[in-house]
Amino acid sequence: MCGLCGILGAGEHWTDSDDALKKRAGAETRRRERAYQISLTNRILAQYGLKLTDWEGSSFVLSNRTGASEVIDHFAALWPTAEKMIKRPCDPLDPKVVDALEA
Amino acid sequence: MSRYAGYLPVNVITGFLGSGKTTLLKRLLESPDMADTAVLINEFGEVGLDHHLLEQVDENIVMLQSGCLCCTIRDDLARSMRDLWERRATGEFGFKRLVVETTGLADPAPIIYTLMADPVIRYHFRLGNIITTIDAVNGLGQLERQPESLKQAAVADRIVLTKTDIANDDVGDLRARVRQVNPAAPVYLAQENLTPGKLLTNDLYDPKAKSKEVAHWIDAEAFSAQHDHEHDPNRHDASIHAFCLTFDRPIDWTAFGIWLTMLLQAHGEDVLRVKGLLDVRGMPGPVAVHGVQHVVHPPVHLKRWPDDDRRSRIVFIVRGLERRSIEASLAAFNALADDQSAAA
Repeated sequence: MCGLCGILGAGEHWTDSDDALKKRAGAETRRRERAYQISLTNRILAQYGLKLTDWEGSSFVLSNRTGASEVIDHFAALWPTAEKMIKRPCDPLDPKVVDALEA
Repeated sequence: MSRYAGYLPVNVITGFLGSGKTTLLKRLLESPDMADTAVLINEFGEVGLDHHLLEQVDENIVMLQSGCLCCTIRDDLARSMRDLWERRATGEFGFKRLVVETTGLADPAPIIYTLMADPVIRYHFRLGNIITTIDAVNGLGQLERQPESLKQAAVADRIVLTKTDIANDDVGDLRARVRQVNPAAPVYLAQENLTPGKLLTNDLYDPKAKSKEVAHWIDAEAFSAQHDHEHDPNRHDASIHAFCLTFDRPIDWTAFGIWLTMLLQAHGEDVLRVKGLLDVRGMPGPVAVHGVQHVVHPPVHLKRWPDDDRRSRIVFIVRGLERRSIEASLAAFNALADDQSAAA
């Protein structure tokens, strides 16, 4: 896993570091953007049997179908944690992943 | 204005052994524009550097538990930079720019990673242009045989061809190879009038220069020449190659962030450089994004497009990844956002 993802107490994610982007049309409130981010992410995580939920607006909880769960403090830690839970890589270039998204 | 514009820029000068890094640095330091520059070098070489603020760092790499080679902290560099910052903060001396000269065999990625990962440094310093020197006499062979040399060329924002005055051949073949690896970086000859402005100071976070800088990234002419090379079946191998993807439809920022974060987790070691100018849905102007391996730097919103083309264009310099799979994957992730909007 990448060391930037939590070991060093990473700050804001790069997607969330520009003030103009935070105010773009459709993402005016942090709550709305966060809900949208979780919703989109869950479309992908579903392929791995995982689900992301919000935790108090500050962290996330990643769960699998057997009920195991991990708290994620930072969005950058999502994919390393998902890979640890499913014990294989989450590869967006995997043709099966792309085909499933297009279906 | 991006708040990163106020951070101290760090330029990295890299290049293979004997490629003239120190000679170039010495020339640049002679300019009055470089008076407020601190310099960190890895080793004192044959070319003497006389600069009032010059320090040596011993290469001391801390590998994190990840085992990922590019996600290593240059502990020596981090300590030296923190020390420089403290001395600046106490008023011992002032500097407005830092130049780091690497060793000839150095992988630039850990230096870049250190800038983003160290909790103190990341709030005071930002990455400036990476300058790579390539020796016109030996460079072509080094690019073919030395992976460090190839990677140094791939991550560069500016490339300087050195020793062109003593090269037997013209540098056409070398230029062509450099263009294949990194079509977006301007290439200069060392004997040109190389000012700090050309190489160091004009970058993405400079409000006056950023529009011109992103125009380099997406230079259509460079990539149309590159596209011809992509039809060579031998280019779809494990070698480093570059391509520019174009998307007609606006990019959903949230979907893009999920996709790039996932891509870099899975393939960061092989995504040597990504530079994009995005037409983000809901934004009045383009957004510039750039990263080196696992590290993505803060995006910059531009008020205006650098040309009449309003499409999103993203340059990838990758090792062993196929253009078509990256293109299909990003398009599929972006289309998720359309589904979501329709359902809302």
